[in-house]
Amino acid sequence: MEKYDGPDSGKVRFDDPWYDALASGWGELDSTGAPAPAVPHARGEQEDRTARAADVYLEVQRSAAFQEVRSRYRRFVVPAVAVFFTWYVGYVVTATTAPDFMARPVAGAVNVAMLAGLGQFLTTFLFTWAYARHARLRRDRAALDLRWDTQELTRSVAGGDR
Amino acid sequence: MTGNHQTLALLLFSVFVAVTLGITTWVSRHRHGSAEEFYAGGRLFSPMENGFAIAGDYMSAASFLGISGLIALFGYDGLLYSVGFLVAWLVVLFLVAELVRNCGRFTLADVVAARMSERPVRIAAGTSSVTVSVLYLVAQMVGAGSLVALLLGGTSEAAQAWTVIGVGALMVIYVSMGGMRATTWIQIVKAVLLMGGTIALTVLVLVRFHGDFDQLLLTAADRSGHGKSFLAPGLRYGGDWTARLDFISLGLALVLGTAGLPHILSRFYTVPTARAARRSVVWAIGLIGGFYLMTIVLGFGAAAIVGPDAVRGSNAAGNTAVPLLALDLGGGAGSTGGTVLFAIVAAIAFATILAVVAGITLASSASVAHDLYASLRRRRAKPRSEVAVARTAAVGIGVVAIALGLLARDLNVAFLVGLAFAVAASANLPVLLYSLFWRNFTTRGAVWSVYGGLVPALVLVVLSPVVTGSPASLFPGVDLQYFPLENPGLVSIPLGFLAGWLGTVTSTEPPDEAKHAETEVRALTGAGAV
Repeated sequence: MEKYDGPDSGKVRFDDPWYDALASGWGELDSTGAPAPAVPHARGEQEDRTARAADVYLEVQRSAAFQEVRSRYRRFVVPAVAVFFTWYVGYVVTATTAPDFMARPVAGAVNVAMLAGLGQFLTTFLFTWAYARHARLRRDRAALDLRWDTQELTRSVAGGDR
Repeated sequence: MTGNHQTLALLLFSVFVAVTLGITTWVSRHRHGSAEEFYAGGRLFSPMENGFAIAGDYMSAASFLGISGLIALFGYDGLLYSVGFLVAWLVVLFLVAELVRNCGRFTLADVVAARMSERPVRIAAGTSSVTVSVLYLVAQMVGAGSLVALLLGGTSEAAQAWTVIGVGALMVIYVSMGGMRATTWIQIVKAVLLMGGTIALTVLVLVRFHGDFDQLLLTAADRSGHGKSFLAPGLRYGGDWTARLDFISLGLALVLGTAGLPHILSRFYTVPTARAARRSVVWAIGLIGGFYLMTIVLGFGAAAIVGPDAVRGSNAAGNTAVPLLALDLGGGAGSTGGTVLFAIVAAIAFATILAVVAGITLASSASVAHDLYASLRRRRAKPRSEVAVARTAAVGIGVVAIALGLLARDLNVAFLVGLAFAVAASANLPVLLYSLFWRNFTTRGAVWSVYGGLVPALVLVVLSPVVTGSPASLFPGVDLQYFPLENPGLVSIPLGFLAGWLGTVTSTEPPDEAKHAETEVRALTGAGAV
């Protein structure tokens, strides 16, 4: 895989990885946002390159760095989805099948149902906060590095001999 | 006295319409006519702007007036209903928003078609997206007709019909002239107005009870005539087992349907990155959660201050609870404060409807032009001509929605909204989740999972008590009622997932490993995202 050493590759890289607008200008995009066509020398070569570009994604998918990002994402999302979905379905089923339990008073006018309902709001806010924090601290940086590497690789495969 | 609110409300309606038309003209001055501009507004909205726009797209008049009305009439069961609308956003945040932003360009079908044989998948996903949008649109149009007529005091058929036609014409103008950019700004303005109005009313209710929420609940329970059971579930959804199962079905549809609504998915394409999409959902969850918490106060406040009997007397479904509450909080009928608050609430409800219908019209015109037209014509439409098709499609969808809105005038709005969510959860969510997360998913699986959710959902509704076989149904004279529930979600959502699995395992074509790798890498890293 030859290294792409165009005139601006050094300039763009990681000026400020946290600035969102920067990312939108990356990659080989023309004004309509579709991937810019590679510059093929011959028809046969283009197919060959498409195949090699597909290999890039397979290669990245098998890389340790990507597997780490994916497992961090899954280790958070799978248990979190299981917990909030069970909690919500449990809440709805209890409210419809056991209204007497839900009507049990706790303090003043507040009963179990009211606490459970407000608890749903509270847990939704907490899950949102936890997910955003987890993604920001544990995934964003690594995903951004991978995005850059992947685009470098596809670029060098697709139009490297220019 | 009534003449006063009507004049003022009409004046405020006109101001809002003028402002939104101004936004549309101003925005279309800068338009480039590219697909990127028309469907995604140039993709440069900030997370906060998009968060407000998502909230503006999602919180319909059914939420503002409908849920607080339900709480005013049935107490806790209204709150139970609103929880699903919020919790649904966790599905969007965790599983959908970022990945869809990274993989797609304009529509749901983009995400699925990237891995599959493009044509059949686009036709299937496009069809189900248009179906969901039209159902949701009709619900909003019917709501608009009855609501505006009610608020303006004109309950005549003609007033309702003209409202539906007017709303339809306005949404077509916004969308076909201003595209996503105008729609987004209208939604932002509406979200700000709605939040401002709701906060003001909530503060007034709490001040009336000296900040004592407990006292508010006790007074509401007292005035409702149901006593303590007003504060516990069961008054509305606690009848026989069919009614209870029906509510569980609705709850499932609400929580899983949001992530499959085309007009919500298309909002993620208006920001530059997946990270911005995530942050906009966080904003939206904050706004939507805060809003539903305040509707609880407004609903119980209406029960405590106005009283369920007065609410029911004005509108049997409870839709006028908040306007009546505003009238009372402002100083009662005849006072200047009451008149002004009433007119403001009416104008906010109108703004809410306009912003929501514009978002849905835009999303469905994108599905028609980008998915259906592009696949069915078998030629690569250039971006420019695709936008022209989308503009025409917006007009066509507007006409269809007006016609259906006039026909379905007597249908229950909440039922139509529940149905749209059920179809979205059955037809759109399974295919989306399978494409993003299942390695062996194939084209046949994708097509089967869309139709396997869409067809049962629609057929079960036709066979339900809503359409035939009960005194309240559309055709009470005929009896085709074979399915007891009004909401099909409980059956059709599992069927959608099952059909996708079945189609995949019976498929002769091997799953494309390279394309799966591409989808997975792009989804999680944003490589190659537009």
